Amino acid sequence: MKTLFDKIWDAHVVSAVENGPTQLYIDRHFCHEVTSPQAFNGLRARGLKVFRPEKTTMTADHNTPTINQDQPVKDPISRNQLDTFAKNAADFNMPLFFPLGHQKNGVVHIIGPENGFTQPGMTIVCGDSHTSTHGAFGAIAFGIGTSEVEMVLATQCILQSRPKTMRITFNGKLNEGVTAKDLALYMISKQTTGGATGYFVEYAGEAIRNMSMEERMTVCNLSIEMGARGGMIAPDETTFAYVEGREFAPKGEEWDEKLAYWKTLKSDEGAKFDKEFVYESADIQPMITYGTNPGMGMGITDSIPTLDQIDEAGQISFKKSLDYMGFEAGEKLEGKSIDYVFLGSCTNGRIEDFRVFANYVKGKKKADNVIAWLVPGSWMVEKQIREEGLFEILSEAGFELRQPGCSACLAMNDDKVPAGKYAVSTSNRNFEGRQGPGARTILAGPLVAAAAAVTGKITDPRV
Amino acid sequence: MEKFIKLTSTVVPLPIENVDTDQIIPARFLKATDKNGFGDNLFADWRYNKDGSPKTDFVLNNPKYSGSILVAGKNFGSGSSREHAAWAIDGYGFKVVVSSFFADIFQNNALNNGVLPVVVSADFLAGIFLNVNENSKMTLTVDLENQTITNNANGKTESFAINAYKKECLLNGLDDIDYLLSKKDLIEAYETSLK
Ligand code: SF4
Repeated sequence: MKTLFDKIWDAHVVSAVENGPTQLYIDRHFCHEVTSPQAFNGLRARGLKVFRPEKTTMTADHNTPTINQDQPVKDPISRNQLDTFAKNAADFNMPLFFPLGHQKNGVVHIIGPENGFTQPGMTIVCGDSHTSTHGAFGAIAFGIGTSEVEMVLATQCILQSRPKTMRITFNGKLNEGVTAKDLALYMISKQTTGGATGYFVEYAGEAIRNMSMEERMTVCNLSIEMGARGGMIAPDETTFAYVEGREFAPKGEEWDEKLAYWKTLKSDEGAKFDKEFVYESADIQPMITYGTNPGMGMGITDSIPTLDQIDEAGQISFKKSLDYMGFEAGEKLEGKSIDYVFLGSCTNGRIEDFRVFANYVKGKKKADNVIAWLVPGSWMVEKQIREEGLFEILSEAGFELRQPGCSACLAMNDDKVPAGKYAVSTSNRNFEGRQGPGARTILAGPLVAAAAAVTGKITDPRV
Repeated sequence: MEKFIKLTSTVVPLPIENVDTDQIIPARFLKATDKNGFGDNLFADWRYNKDGSPKTDFVLNNPKYSGSILVAGKNFGSGSSREHAAWAIDGYGFKVVVSSFFADIFQNNALNNGVLPVVVSADFLAGIFLNVNENSKMTLTVDLENQTITNNANGKTESFAINAYKKECLLNGLDDIDYLLSKKDLIEAYETSLK
């Protein structure tokens, strides 16, 4: 009896190192400009070629501007990094290179699924921790460091110790006004940021089954924020329908063969997980974070914990965190005024997130005190926003659309929240300085972000 | 990669939990295309004022503390997969990071760069913070061969775990790519088996 994880892992073992890690074959490698230059340099230093160039997809996203992408990038150091990326693609004859402005360009974890690179049963890696996103398709997908990027480029393999397995089940249906992001923030607040370290998580239960692929990606994306190596969901009809017909998905006979295999990809009845958790979906409310790690989350109408609710070893960090945020222990945040709203990132920059946001702001107006950055995850998402008429709805409500990229998720480009300002952000990390030095990030789903954007305050979107 | 066998050093204490990679090396410093120079920006936002002058209350700017062992609170290195965090720690001159818990990717990245993460018990960690508070010149000894760490101030020793393969790599200064390259025939055989 095997778990979904076991089945995929076992099918990719090339060899096992004695007393050591497993040599795992990688089906798909995604690559971006920030964590790859040193890996390509490593290949040069060793006089190596890329072993299987067609198995690596390259896109520029982390360090790119979200306006005027047709013009040369202003910051010389960023430009150098993008030029180096292009040079590496050319020098090593990489066939799947999507630079700035390319119609397939966008955030790496958005373009992968969109173009059909991401498929069930695969092993997928990328030098970015949110690679866990691709697990939504029933794949083993995880983030790696640059030395490991070099390994994959050189050998299409990686050395990994087998993680432990965990299953998290969400019973019942989600409440009205509660999104996949809320479910994930709820789960991280229960698990804490280190709770799943060393584990690979499978998500199960009615609430997960009912989700669209976009929502499943949001949940798997956030697995890393509770320390997990990755998260995954068994593929089903929803998955197959999403993959079918995409440009790099299997076609014809190959599709039929693959489909038959994919249908076997689920945990066997009675398969043992090293740990199991069960949550009731009905307990989940729209969520926000109040601190400086994603585990510091609460229901939007709740109060920040008081000091005596925090264990002693954690009190210094807790106080430091609230000081940084300018919040008091025990305080309620509903009604607090905010300055920025960011809709985007590989967590919530997909078409469905824009639908949710647009649906809420339709017929309303953006608050004057709010600067809103709406950043589609890819050009394909951008196109769809226009095709579905969401662009008009957003414009009428006073919102502009920026060009695709990671943007304020990590603020490597100019999209930085100024020191001391509050941003309601649909991204994945509220670490100190993540959105710019001194920036104060409140993580939330697209619906809470929409409500904040029109009221200028932290607002429960259900009322 | 440099070999790591045994080390005795004074320590730099950072008694903060959940130190994430955005603190270790903020994203705006990730624009370089080589591995050098990250040590100067290690913990940049805690270490420097806006104008670039050092913040006197941060431990790296306190002349009392020095050494090649960083001792940090629980859950060190969570967050992004950026290996720049390991390069910054290595570049600054740390050879060992001690904590009661590490995030996964950081642990891998550190080992791939010859930096040894040592997991100790919460008590042992509290002991180090206590002793270094009393005497900033106290030392730790990390012995990779025997997998032990000793707090020379209170005489306590603990053993730590490390995967046998990684231990060999560190002791001999070899890296994973060397190993994988030696297995090319197996990789090709695997690929053929799929067809
Ligand atoms: S959007 Fe954020 S988390 Fe996602 S790939 Fe970009 S930087 Fe990483």
